[in-house]
Amino acid sequence: MSDITKQSLSELVENIKSKKLSSSEVTKAFVERSEKSKELNAYITEDYANAFNKAKKFDEKPNLDLKLPGIPMAVKDLFCTKDLRTTAGSKILNNFVPTYESTVTQNIWNEGAILMGKLNCDEFAMGSSNETSFFGNVQNPIDKNLVPGGSSGGSSSAVAAQLTPITIGTDTGGSIRQPASFTGTVGLKPTYGSCSRYGIVAFASSLDQAGPMAQNVKDCALLQEVISTYDEKDSTSIDFKRKDYSKELTKDIKGKKIGIPKEYRVDGMPKEIEELWKKGIEYAKDCGAEIIDISLPHTNYALPTYYIVAPAEASSNLARYDGVKYGFRAEGENLIDMYEKTRSEGFGAEVQRRIMIGTYVLSSGYYDAYYLKAQKVRKLIKNDFDDAYKKVDVILTPSTPSSAFKIGEKTNDPVSMYLNDIFTVPVNLAGLPGISIPAGHDAKGYPLGLQIIGKAFDEQNILNIAYAMEEKINFKNNINDWWIK
Amino acid sequence: MSIDLKTIKHISKLSRISVDEKKAEKLAGDLNSIFDFIEKLNELKTDNVEPLTSVAETTLKLRSDKVKSKNLRDQVIKNSPKENEDYFVVPKVIE
Repeated sequence: MSDITKQSLSELVENIKSKKLSSSEVTKAFVERSEKSKELNAYITEDYANAFNKAKKFDEKPNLDLKLPGIPMAVKDLFCTKDLRTTAGSKILNNFVPTYESTVTQNIWNEGAILMGKLNCDEFAMGSSNETSFFGNVQNPIDKNLVPGGSSGGSSSAVAAQLTPITIGTDTGGSIRQPASFTGTVGLKPTYGSCSRYGIVAFASSLDQAGPMAQNVKDCALLQEVISTYDEKDSTSIDFKRKDYSKELTKDIKGKKIGIPKEYRVDGMPKEIEELWKKGIEYAKDCGAEIIDISLPHTNYALPTYYIVAPAEASSNLARYDGVKYGFRAEGENLIDMYEKTRSEGFGAEVQRRIMIGTYVLSSGYYDAYYLKAQKVRKLIKNDFDDAYKKVDVILTPSTPSSAFKIGEKTNDPVSMYLNDIFTVPVNLAGLPGISIPAGHDAKGYPLGLQIIGKAFDEQNILNIAYAMEEKINFKNNINDWWIK
Repeated sequence: MSIDLKTIKHISKLSRISVDEKKAEKLAGDLNSIFDFIEKLNELKTDNVEPLTSVAETTLKLRSDKVKSKNLRDQVIKNSPKENEDYFVVPKVIE
């Protein structure tokens, strides 16, 4: 069968179940395409030999009742994988080989999938362009020298370029949805507490959440139903009745109330984004949804809040990298000197910047003025959503304020880089689920995404609306394999 | 507000990240522009607002106090940059 890598996850699962394809054939096809695509720099660590062995084993005794039978998959290098190096995109974890498996990846292997390798990302998931990775930039398959978004940039690039049929990322302030938007793919950030954080390298624990990234909404729904489980190893994992999202997926969204928040019309937003949003509203109406204007008055305060809360939590989480227990160590004259040199040489510039911001806002005399203030504003932002959801079922917004930008364009101005996440950050602060779907192209031919935000634990509704709109939008990604010689 | 070099030195010490003069100046510039942006929060009155510490509206679950994993010594020490038998090795702390 030709063009295996062009098939969606759902098609591959179908073809393996009906024995038209073997896991070995599928694995070979994705590995070969990955090998030809090194210029994208999507992988940090390849594990192809083990993938072939696992595929062979699967084919010898195939369990076709599984949800991901013999499906090869590469995952973001923020998930701990037992016996396979996990770097979080950082020099400080360059040689770290976990002795245990993250719950989310374990769930995936339990359903029959096979690990192909670990995908590039911003260092400790801190970035919006994958440029802070110790392992170098990732190319966007849409165009040369274009960022794939971040922090799950290796993941978005690999899915868009069809190096993996599907993948998982993590999203602290937009790190799944923004790269999905930049590469014409679908990315879901689930409700906080839906997917276990156990075994995910921690960035900001009250915001971090793992989620699926895929070519289409149906594949995304299937992977979400696999990764979302209650886990007692994560004290913030929530024990609620999870649905078979892919089975209950429907395009019937008649009468659903969709909110349009006026505050998301930000100054300087390109006309194309505004038009895309209007088009999205028309598509939703065509599907029978009801459009309602709403207000989220504290939207403009979300980014400043995030840039206190996230660095504060990061400074605390990253205190563990001390050169003693694991990871990189620089020699020093005494213990303190060793700590300081290890962290100065082991962390990149953006991570150091965020640790310093976090340390400052938590330091004596500044805690109330910054950290406590941010927690209070976070409450106001959550209240905005609670009020809105009294009137609507979901909220529709653009995913990002622009399309993908060139590598190097924003690296010297941290604040302009942070502004990328203006539409995605409020969702993390309120702990809600959000999905980005490709919805059109700008004048340069680069993809643009729309975001659908749901009530807590209402992944099914946003998936359904995304599924219905996807059909109307009928998006086609313009990828010409420019990197394959 | 303005973060000066003295403050940068102080934060770097608290963060256990060594910072030379050149890096301190760059950091001061970056942090000042980030804090200018953060200051926007002062527009809001929040005296009577409860701080939000977690969006997961559940109390922590209790579990029975049973040992579930045993003999992890080798696993725990496996990634250490320097060890001696069962111990992590660090530079001399006590003279």
